[in-house]
Amino acid sequence: MPSAALLGQSLLAGIFAGALYGLLGLGLTLSWGMLRQINLAHFALVFLGGYLTYQLAAAGFDPLATLALIAPAFFILGVALHALLARFKVGILNTLLVTYGFTVMLESLLQWIWSADYRRMDSHYGAVKWKVGELFVSLPELITLAIACATALAMWAVLRYTDLGKALRAIAEDAPMAAAFGVNHKLLSLLLSGLCAALAAVAGTCLALTYTLAPSQMYAWIGVVFAVVMIGGLGNPLGPLVAGLAIGVSEALTMAITAPAWAPLVSFSLLIGALLVRPQRF
Amino acid sequence: MWLDEVNRKGGLLGRKVEWVLKDDQSRPDVARTLYEQLITVDKVDLINGPYATANILSAMGVAQRYSKLLLHNSFGTPRLAKYDMQFPTSGGSGDPENVWPNLVFSTVAAAPRPPKTVAIVTSKFPSLHFISLGAREAAKKRGLTEVLFLEYEFGNREFGPIASRIKDAKPDFVFVGATGLDAVMMLEAMKKIDYQPPMHFYMFPAPGPTAKVPEARGALAFTTFEEHPPFTSNPRAAEFVKAFHERAKQAGLPDTAVDLHASIAYSTWQTLEAAVNGAKSLDDKAIAQWLRSNSVDTVMGRLRWETTAEGPVNYVMGQDLYKVKQVQDGKWVVVWPKEFAGAKVQ
Repeated sequence: MPSAALLGQSLLAGIFAGALYGLLGLGLTLSWGMLRQINLAHFALVFLGGYLTYQLAAAGFDPLATLALIAPAFFILGVALHALLARFKVGILNTLLVTYGFTVMLESLLQWIWSADYRRMDSHYGAVKWKVGELFVSLPELITLAIACATALAMWAVLRYTDLGKALRAIAEDAPMAAAFGVNHKLLSLLLSGLCAALAAVAGTCLALTYTLAPSQMYAWIGVVFAVVMIGGLGNPLGPLVAGLAIGVSEALTMAITAPAWAPLVSFSLLIGALLVRPQRF
Repeated sequence: MWLDEVNRKGGLLGRKVEWVLKDDQSRPDVARTLYEQLITVDKVDLINGPYATANILSAMGVAQRYSKLLLHNSFGTPRLAKYDMQFPTSGGSGDPENVWPNLVFSTVAAAPRPPKTVAIVTSKFPSLHFISLGAREAAKKRGLTEVLFLEYEFGNREFGPIASRIKDAKPDFVFVGATGLDAVMMLEAMKKIDYQPPMHFYMFPAPGPTAKVPEARGALAFTTFEEHPPFTSNPRAAEFVKAFHERAKQAGLPDTAVDLHASIAYSTWQTLEAAVNGAKSLDDKAIAQWLRSNSVDTVMGRLRWETTAEGPVNYVMGQDLYKVKQVQDGKWVVVWPKEFAGAKVQ
């Protein structure tokens, strides 16, 4: 029978992993649910953000402070991406193909600049951890959890309570009708796409804080993050966080109690279950 | 490196060697296509194997179809190699599931505090998994108690729960069927929960990144070559080390040490050179015949090939050129067998 310490530590590991899934899924769910773009390049942008954080940290910058440079740059990238997709009126399924192409290109770029060798960011955050009873909590993972919760809540609050948020929700529901009511859907779509890319930068920084980077690793996240986004509900900013936590905890407890090899079964079983029970959400 | 050296000496059989290099992206389907291309479009005289079991299997199928000799150096499941013109040049035996775990357990038996209990954790990557299952058998035969056996999917990102389970099991020795980054991720996960295994082994870790991690102190792994005597007592090996350092530095590689992968790759080229010169021919069948009847001295030792009734084709059974190395003071050093050791096992 697993010990209480093992179960507790695994629960924590699941929460932290789930928070990162949620953060990775936030930009994707907004672009998919509100802009009708399945942006596979989101993962490549996350890794690009991670690598840039790594590089700037190696030059002496605080990893979190690098977001002041990286996030605005990514915002511009996101705007440019949406401008391109809108200019050629790329339909939702074709956005998957086009952004897959960008993913491959970005992966090659990462490999060209940083090589296929593994890169691990050394930061002062990594050295900090606390012992709470029998459990260990490390600072980088706590930072990721805090950022994931803060960004998800902030996006939810913006979409729910601000005029900008209402306009974005109106565009997502019916863009031409929103335009008829004076909403500049083209400009707001560009802004939202820029924001999604900036969120990818944030996710990349958190990824670099806690994981070792290698270009090919980006594909390892696609499956679980797609599951998180779909279970959480497209366009719902809190959805990926909640679904991510559920999946992260389920995977971690599965690894703790049964066989670690069964962990991937968890996320996809939950997805299949959600699709069967509430298919209308997708 | 080998290309420059051999062409400086006039090439092979008086002809300069041109190396046609293609990127299989570590994908077996791409490897298959590229080997077809090399043989039918580029019309190369000879082919050399790709990296890792799955890709080598793909290339082997193509080589067999066109009756081409195939030298390879990273094939983890010898019993799958049915083609009689494939020759391993990594120095491994035909029964690594027996030889390698026993090598590891002999190493830890020589430690100041030999283990009594073992946790075996393995990736489900085919060759690693296969060797790890052999480790279970070897541990049982040696009277070690297995306190934990775990398998995880290749590509697993989350090692937290696995580290917690290892810590909970309190093994004297952790045997990890890991490759590449897995070792680093496992060590980081163990560090987060303040756990340092008394003794630990990682099958084929990324050597440079692993040695740099402070938590890797005492970690064991396989090797065929390290930069210390007696390996570097061989003048050819010493020259190879010097040249490798220069080229690696020029290429901007983060780690410039010669170890397992560099030595097995170079040995492949040395084998090709010896076999072509020995057979005095570029004919694949003639070269294969020469290899079956001769041995080749490489930087990591003498390679030879034999086929027995119980073993796979062209593999020596029961022994090989592999050693066990350990991270000591941030560097890898061979600790077993004793005649190759640069330090005692800690």
